[in-house]
Amino acid sequence: MIKTEIAVIGGGPAGLCAAIEGTKAGAKVLVIDENSKPGGQLFKQIHKFFGSREHQAGVRGFQIGEKLLEQSRELEIEVWLNSEVCGLDSDKNLWVVRDKKESIKVIAERVIIATGAVENSIYFPGWDLPGVMGAGAAQTMININRVLPGKKVLMVGSGNVGVIVSYQLLQAGAEVVAVVDAAPKLGGYGVHTAKVCRAGVPFYTSHTILKAWGSECVEGAVIVRLDNSWNPVTGSEKFLDVDTICIATGLTPLSELAWMAGCKFEFIPELGGHVPLHDRFMETTVSGIYVAGDISGIEEASTAMDEGRIAGVNAAASLGYIDDDKRKKMTEKLWKRLNSLRCGPFGEKRKSSKDRLLTFRGEA
Amino acid sequence: MLRVENHVVLGKIQRGRKVTIIVDGEKVEVFEGEMIAAALMASGKKVFRYTKKHGKPRGVYCGIGRCTDCIMTVNGIPNVRTCITPVEDGMVIKTQRGLGEWRSDTGDD
Repeated sequence: MIKTEIAVIGGGPAGLCAAIEGTKAGAKVLVIDENSKPGGQLFKQIHKFFGSREHQAGVRGFQIGEKLLEQSRELEIEVWLNSEVCGLDSDKNLWVVRDKKESIKVIAERVIIATGAVENSIYFPGWDLPGVMGAGAAQTMININRVLPGKKVLMVGSGNVGVIVSYQLLQAGAEVVAVVDAAPKLGGYGVHTAKVCRAGVPFYTSHTILKAWGSECVEGAVIVRLDNSWNPVTGSEKFLDVDTICIATGLTPLSELAWMAGCKFEFIPELGGHVPLHDRFMETTVSGIYVAGDISGIEEASTAMDEGRIAGVNAAASLGYIDDDKRKKMTEKLWKRLNSLRCGPFGEKRKSSKDRLLTFRGEA
Repeated sequence: MLRVENHVVLGKIQRGRKVTIIVDGEKVEVFEGEMIAAALMASGKKVFRYTKKHGKPRGVYCGIGRCTDCIMTVNGIPNVRTCITPVEDGMVIKTQRGLGEWRSDTGDD
């Protein structure tokens, strides 16, 4: 059995920032991550980030990740890798399995859940064939593992993940045969969409995938046009010669541990589905359990980092490491930064959804 | 060639030393430290297992250890998530059928 003041579950952008703030305040922090390396999904993000200078706009995701790791090392934050949190209760007892062989109970005074998200699937005949994969999976393959999952790719979904990964597939040397989106409009940031357009990749709006074709793995795909009621138009089917189909149709928060701990949830489709209710300090309905990053609603790494900082500051403050005045000031400052990220046509929608989430705890 | 050696943003990759793994009885040269799934993908393998009920092929789906689609039998241990398990020299990897079988030996069936 091991005791810690703050246990952070997940060593991605949100978790690392939470751990950094908590440690800087003076609290004893333990970060637990199931992967063999920390950084979560930051290291596969090789594009430049948006935002302001303090959000490190113009800096690529993996470089931000390196900075966070450096800071964590300087602060000598304890990070357990290859460690899965298999259980969490409302008394903040964690059941951790280390290196697949050692079972350890961790008793924490505060817990920050920063477990991130998982990609959504869509279902069509052949969706389970090898060669159909999450767009993020393809991104991991090319940017982390440096292996192409295939040579001719169909991207399903034109949102940010769809267009960013499409461009990165091109950078890695694959051909992106087409990007389809069931909506009549493209869904991603203009700057990323334009880059893919300029590379000559055809975009098909009001189109979806009808089926993946192949016996042992993907050997082709059939796409189809959708009418105004989103129904396939017979006769508009088009065969595409592809060996890989990437699905970029959103993400769902990885919230199992918050459910297990008894946190209350609300269903907010704009934020990815069921999200744990939390207040402006990122505390859930279970006292002492905080959330940050994609688990608290699907957004981006830059917002995840600021949410992590808020959770870290407030968890440490509740343990007496930061006085109330300073805590409020630090939180407000971070909220200003968050609001500046949650603007524009994409950010506004997230902001209003996030604000709506806060109303459930009467704190709008 | 499926390996991305030179990358416009990331530069030339520094891979680990060359090691040999045994995949379904065949020797395959891979790089130490890379994930099993990536090593197999680079060698052109796409089918990692067949499902229990209908015997349908499965491969990599999420790539981050969540979906368990890419599980294989590694050194006799079934259901290993190959996308988050690094290769080691001499590793014996087998395409898994169904839920696999727990075996103490790593030889052929």
